[in-house]
Amino acid sequence: MFDNITNWIDGLTAMQQFVLFSGVKIFAVFGVLMTCVAYAVWVERKVAAAIQDRVGPNRAGPFGLLQPACDGIKAFLKEDFTPDHVRKAYFWIAPAIALIPALLTVAVIPFGSNLGAQKMVIADLNVGILYTFGIVSLGVYGIVLAGYAANSKYPFIGGIRSSAQMVSYELAMGMSVIPLFLWVGDLNLSQLVISQQGFVGWLPDALGSVRLPNWLVFQSPMLALSFFIFLVAAFAETNRTPFDLPEAEQELAGGYNIEYSSIKFALFFMGEYAAMITASAMMVTLFFGGWTLPWFGLDQPATSIPGGLLHIGIFFVKVVAFVFTIVWVRWMWPRFRYDQLMDLGWRRFIPLALVNIVVTALWLWIRSRS
Amino acid sequence: MATTQEIEFGESAARAQRAADELPELQGEKMVLNMGPSHPSTHGVLRIILELDGETITKATPDVGYLHRGDEKIAENMTWNQFVPYTDRLDYLAPMANNVAYALAVEKLFGIQDKLPPRCQYIRTICCELSRISSHLLGVGCFAMDVGAMTVFLLTFTEREKIYNLQEALTGARLTTSYTRIGGVSRDLPPGWVDQCRKFLREVVVNIAEVETLLTRNKIWVDRTRDVGVIPKDVAIDYGLSGPNLRASGVDHDLRKKQPYLIYQELDFDVPLGSVGDCYDRYLVRMEEMRQSVKLVHQCLDKLPGGADNAAKEPVCIQDGKITLPPKGKVLSSMEELIHQFMIVTTGVNAPVGEVYFGHENPKGELGFYINSRGGGTPYRLKIRAPSFVNLSVLPHILPGHLMSDTVSILGSLDFVMGECDR
Repeated sequence: MFDNITNWIDGLTAMQQFVLFSGVKIFAVFGVLMTCVAYAVWVERKVAAAIQDRVGPNRAGPFGLLQPACDGIKAFLKEDFTPDHVRKAYFWIAPAIALIPALLTVAVIPFGSNLGAQKMVIADLNVGILYTFGIVSLGVYGIVLAGYAANSKYPFIGGIRSSAQMVSYELAMGMSVIPLFLWVGDLNLSQLVISQQGFVGWLPDALGSVRLPNWLVFQSPMLALSFFIFLVAAFAETNRTPFDLPEAEQELAGGYNIEYSSIKFALFFMGEYAAMITASAMMVTLFFGGWTLPWFGLDQPATSIPGGLLHIGIFFVKVVAFVFTIVWVRWMWPRFRYDQLMDLGWRRFIPLALVNIVVTALWLWIRSRS
Repeated sequence: MATTQEIEFGESAARAQRAADELPELQGEKMVLNMGPSHPSTHGVLRIILELDGETITKATPDVGYLHRGDEKIAENMTWNQFVPYTDRLDYLAPMANNVAYALAVEKLFGIQDKLPPRCQYIRTICCELSRISSHLLGVGCFAMDVGAMTVFLLTFTEREKIYNLQEALTGARLTTSYTRIGGVSRDLPPGWVDQCRKFLREVVVNIAEVETLLTRNKIWVDRTRDVGVIPKDVAIDYGLSGPNLRASGVDHDLRKKQPYLIYQELDFDVPLGSVGDCYDRYLVRMEEMRQSVKLVHQCLDKLPGGADNAAKEPVCIQDGKITLPPKGKVLSSMEELIHQFMIVTTGVNAPVGEVYFGHENPKGELGFYINSRGGGTPYRLKIRAPSFVNLSVLPHILPGHLMSDTVSILGSLDFVMGECDR
């Protein structure tokens, strides 16, 4: 049976194999991502409960593990109500636009080394990072359109806030990664991961076995600063506290999603959580070594199937750690005010990112001359 | 045939002037946003009509009265004691303080406010201060939640739950306590209550410190509240603010100190004052008032006449058959007590003719009762001075010029209750 499949695969042309494996990878990643989105909600509720001395969901299944399924079924079965005053076409398309970019970004993220002969990335683009930023920028349309289509005041304000917010922080985010690529000299995310193998070289030898992984965030102070800016911008891009102004419940009674119900409403939430997972995956890939771990030779591409699976597991654990951090922050902090947020974006982070680029470039120039 | 047409060109300076005059009308229209009556940050049914220029508020008109139940009119049709349950529903976050305020007002009318048994006075003081802690816990929690810090709200809510447990043990009800009677309180402290209360006081201090670590030096929190919604001293006085909102503006006015009632004169406590009158000051004042209240309750429990178990059988009600109900056992065996019981239950406590006003330092501010009595068992007219109503009147003055997001901080920091505002 297994041999038959192997023979059949071997008999395919290179093109056919590419299509087949890409399809398999797309479905697998999509499935895993959507499951993660559902369980990110569960994690959020459980972490919130732990922080607030509550129990959290515990009725559906052990530890409330079936809660996401219940939530999903409920969202589907609710009446899908379209108010009279909305602009119908935009109203229908907005939730989809909110979700799709978050899913598309995953395509270029290397979520493992390789399984057999297959690289564990859907599209190994040479301009991976440019693609990411191009797609992420589309996400704002979902929210702006939702706010515009709802044709009522609170969503309108939410939509305006979020367009301003996302556009501003995209700049900071884009500029924060430029030092990274100056440093590495490649835009391909897989190459970026490969460049983070081993341990950092700048720690004094006297420390002996105390060694830091050669992840980009540890390689130089400029890159650590890059990470900091990227992290803040990621919070803003995904509309998470302390930057969750577009959906500030207490001010806007929900913001851009007020007029939505049923699964359309749920799509915005899935979009938010998908964006959160994608942003975490990006941070892991860019700054925290992707699927690598410098110990036990886990920073070399896997040669066996279990090794490949282990790399996927390492990547997954790192992403979960970031998701946890993002959730944690939400339940500890208040939110910024609109003008403070813009001030922070334009007057602090964008200049900081620009200075960071110049300093990194100078550093590299001096190093190349000596 | 050639015609001559005269074209008038104004001077360029004049044209510029005219353009400048027309400019305000060209700035686009303002948006009128209806906030409430059912909006998450209005904590009830307050409606504010906001006129917005972008995100900036240019005009704010609060619209109150959605929860009007005619409490003042209702009071005219019932006996003095029957109105006590209605006071529960004024500031429903501090029902026991309302009970005490009303009872003291009526007792002032009767001229018996100084004759209350000491144990009753101590118990009433404890009730007031527990209410203050409870109300401020929720006030700070809701304020934080409005600004986006959900966790604070749940932390403080957990503590309030313990106050509810204490109230339940004391009065039999968690929210609608109806604890006071004219001339006393409905029952003595139950066994073990004092220890339970001390345990709570120890725990709440830890909780307040925890809230403090989450908020007081949090950069975002400070940014959101400092210099927002500033109420200067003179404005606060002009608008008749009271309670923590007034003291946050730096006016040293606390009725517990200025017109001492119950046993506040014998107790040692400080009145925290703000310096700027912004939302941050109002937050800090409330936090400190909670600590002071904890201190007050400790003192009361220490000095409580009769001790925790009241072995000496100290009375908690005035021993006057014309004012408080006689013991049930005697009603069934003695003529005098039977008559007293009958009269109090059917016609109410017989009040003297006259009018009084009594202001009580409630958690939200000065809760005042003006009573006009023409004698008999019911008031001729009863007017409630609700602190929330007066405190909200300052909104049209302080909201314009702020951003829309500041509305929620300001509303949260004013800490009002619509049940009391609309009464």
